[in-house]
Parts: sequence; structure tokens; C-alpha cells
Amino acid sequence: MSGMLDESWRLSPSVELRPEPFGALAYHFGNRKLTFLKRPELVALVRGLGEHPDVRSAMVAAGIPEAQWAAFESALQGLADTDMIRPDENHQGVPA
Amino acid sequence: MTILETRPVIARPQNGSLIEQFEHGLDAPICLTWELTYACNLACAHCLSSSGRRDPNELTTEQAEAVIDELQRMQVFYVNIGGGEPTIRPDFWHLLQYAVDHNVGVKFSTNGVRINPEKAALLASTDYVDVQISLDGATAEVNDYVRGPGSYDTAITALKNLQDAGFKDAKISVVVTRQNVLQLDEFKALADQYGATLRLTRMRPSGRGADVWDELHPLPEQQRVLFDWLVANGENVLTGDSFFHLAAFGESLPGLNLCGAGRVVCLIDPVGDVYACPFAIHDNFLAGNILADGGFQRVWQNSELFNELRSPQTGGACTKCEFFDSCRGGCMAAKFFTGLPLDGPDPECVQGYGETALAGDRTIPAQSQDHSRTTPGRNQPVMLTLTRREDLTAPPVSACAENPLAGFTL
Repeated sequence: MSGMLDESWRLSPSVELRPEPFGALAYHFGNRKLTFLKRPELVALVRGLGEHPDVRSAMVAAGIPEAQWAAFESALQGLADTDMIRPDENHQGVPA
Repeated sequence: MTILETRPVIARPQNGSLIEQFEHGLDAPICLTWELTYACNLACAHCLSSSGRRDPNELTTEQAEAVIDELQRMQVFYVNIGGGEPTIRPDFWHLLQYAVDHNVGVKFSTNGVRINPEKAALLASTDYVDVQISLDGATAEVNDYVRGPGSYDTAITALKNLQDAGFKDAKISVVVTRQNVLQLDEFKALADQYGATLRLTRMRPSGRGADVWDELHPLPEQQRVLFDWLVANGENVLTGDSFFHLAAFGESLPGLNLCGAGRVVCLIDPVGDVYACPFAIHDNFLAGNILADGGFQRVWQNSELFNELRSPQTGGACTKCEFFDSCRGGCMAAKFFTGLPLDGPDPECVQGYGETALAGDRTIPAQSQDHSRTTPGRNQPVMLTLTRREDLTAPPVSACAENPLAGFTL
């Protein structure tokens, strides 16, 4: 699947991130799922999602080398599957 | 029991697996058990906290609220509340609401005694609350043998009240024993009947469990039955990761397969003592006290004991076993309370090393606390089974109905 890079995403409102030495623990108060973000860069990326119009610029801002974008995109996909992150309605439809 | 002045810096692997990260501990627990009281209306034979009488130094309502405030600050998102019987604390329902209002979800374990229709309706209307009803037999006969007369009916009534109130997905929590291990399908049927989820946990020789472990823990061949059942039904059954010693059968069960004691798990007891795990209420596993040692966070992060548990462990003789990577030597509490060395095999090692170890020299450690009632209550289980003398072929008759020559042979 392609295209997440150009989409706008953000952290779900019912999710809280708890910092841990290796990254963070994400807890979803709605579905009560617990997920671990195993890399500090992933934590920075997820936290930054809401502040950027698309995933691509959030990747850049989090300092993730382009060669690793695919790996981080699939990590985001996993988080999207459990509603840890969700499409950002406010940004959708805004011309790039 | 020492609290270090500063939190030790632990060297942890970069990009290590989640399990490796867990072994080095977390900033806050992910599975925190909080026993609210040692008081209990029952006197289960295998109670792992030797509960019965309330401790006079039990945390007050204000102190308990302060614990919840701290858990919220530490972002401990949910807590497993137990006891004793937590619902007989007069402020239980208040503390439950207080926790939920402070973003600390609650799962509480109860024998069901206070889950009447009114409380069931209250629970059904509250988010972030899970209820776990303890039941150690799928029939009254098997359950009441260890939990005491009437306890089966109490649990079933509670389950029915919850279902009638529209409470979704209660848990039926079962300690797997030699007597109920063949009832797993019946437990599952009960859970289905009440719209509940079955949760199976391991029988530990902790607390009063030490006194009855020899009689209650599943036999070696039953471990295999349990394992096969979990492999076949594990998807829809919770286990609290408590059967990781079975992983040495060769196929890992879902879950962490890791001893989380002091790393991702711990216990706060009714007086604020913090132990490495709910099955290890003993001075040897006491990390500190939240009142005496400056709060739960300080105990969790700076306790000398917990930092030892987070440093690399030696597996002793077990490291030579080809299954060591699966079971990691098993359960620390099970070893300790059966008098086995902590760096040796689990007493229920499925490769058979446990039986060898149990047959050797060992001393079962004395309990360091006991809140059992000193006089038997009316609900106390009596673990006796009535049978007939095998040499009697006919029912006994009164003495005067006997032939005077009865039993006299030439």
C-alpha cells in the first residue's frame, strides 16, 4: 500500500503516550489496547503527526532518513489498524 | 528492603526486542495489582495472600486516593484490584469511581458477595471497569471444596446479576487445580452462558496455597492436558501470561512468556507494602512501603530489589536445558515457596526437572505475614472427602441388630 506519506494523520484523541526508556507505551482508553513504540524516532513521529499536513513532512521533522520511511510507514499502518492514530479530518481535502 | 538514593541507570540494548526491554524494567508497571484489604468473607484453602482479617494499618480512604493520584501521574492506565475481598471495604465503590475519574481503569477480582442487582447496574453504567469473578470449580462440589460452602452459588448469582444488568464481558477467573483441570470445557460453557470471558491462572504455592499445593497443583500428565487445551482454545481465553512454564512443551503460548516480577509487574498490598509480584507476598520480595519510602514511584524506580530483578539473571542449571529460552526457568514465586533455589527449575517443570528437584533436600520457607482468621468461620472449606471403608461390603447396622458372632471366624 502506498500513499500514507501524502495523507494527514494524527494521534487518536483517546490515546495517551507514556514515555519509556526505549520509546513509549501507547494506551487507548476506548478499545483498551496497549502498544509499544519501540524507537524514540517513532515516538517523535507519532507525536508530530498532528502538527504536520502530511506524514512525509512529519517524517522529515522527526529526522527519519528517507531510506527508513517505508519501515516507519508500516509501523504507522500497524498503529492505524488499532486506532492508535487516525486520519486527520481537518487536513483532508486541503490542497497540497 | 532498601530504597536507593538515586535511580540506577540501566544499560539496555539499543533496538532490542520488547522482551529484552521488559527484562530491563519500565518507568512504571504495566500490570499493577493492588490488594485493597486482607479482610475476606471467605477463607479459601489456597488463598495466595493468606487473607481473612483486616489489617489495622490498612490504607485509609485518603491514602488510597493519594495512591490513585500517583498512578495517574505515572500514567499507569489500569490497575488490578483484589484482596482479600475488595468489595467489603466500605469505601470500595468510592475508590472505584475515584480511579475511573482519574484515568486509572480498574479490573477488580471478587468472589461476588456484594455484586447484587443494584451494584451490577452501577457497574454496567461505568466505563473502564472490568469485573472478575473467582470460581475454582465448574460445579459446586469442586469449587466449594477449596473456596468453602456456598461460594459457588455466590459467584453464579453475581454472574447472573451482571448479565441481567447488561454488564458486558465479565471475566470468570479460575485457578487451575488437580480437581478442576478436567472441567475446562465446562468452565468455557459457563462463561458462554453468562456472556463472560474465561480466565485461567496457575495455582501458586503462595500464602495458604503453600499448605495445599501438594494436593491441589495439577499432576504432570494434567499439565499436558492443560497445555493442549490452551493451544486449542487459547484464542478466546485469558491467562494473564501465567502458564509460561508450559512453553517448554515446545510451542509457545500467546503472551510474553516472561517473569515480569519487579520489571513490568508488582503488587501493592493493603498496608502499602510493595512486593515484586502478586504471588510473592514475602519479606524476600518486599521492595518498600509507599508511606514510609516516599511514594510508589520512588519504590518502583529506586528499590534495590527491583533493580536487581531488572539486571541480567542467572538461569543456573536450567541454562543447559534446550527449552530454557522458552520458559526462562519458570516462576520465581513457585520455586521460592516450594523451597527450591531461584536459579533452578520450576517445581512444575514440564521436562520433569521439577520433580527431581522436589525430591531433593528443601525447606519450605515460613510465611512472613498471615491474615488468616484465627478461629474457623462458617464458610471455611474443609478439605475432606467422605468415603466408605473399603473392607465394608454392606452398610453398617446398629449394634443390637448384629449377630453376636458377627466378625468371629474360626
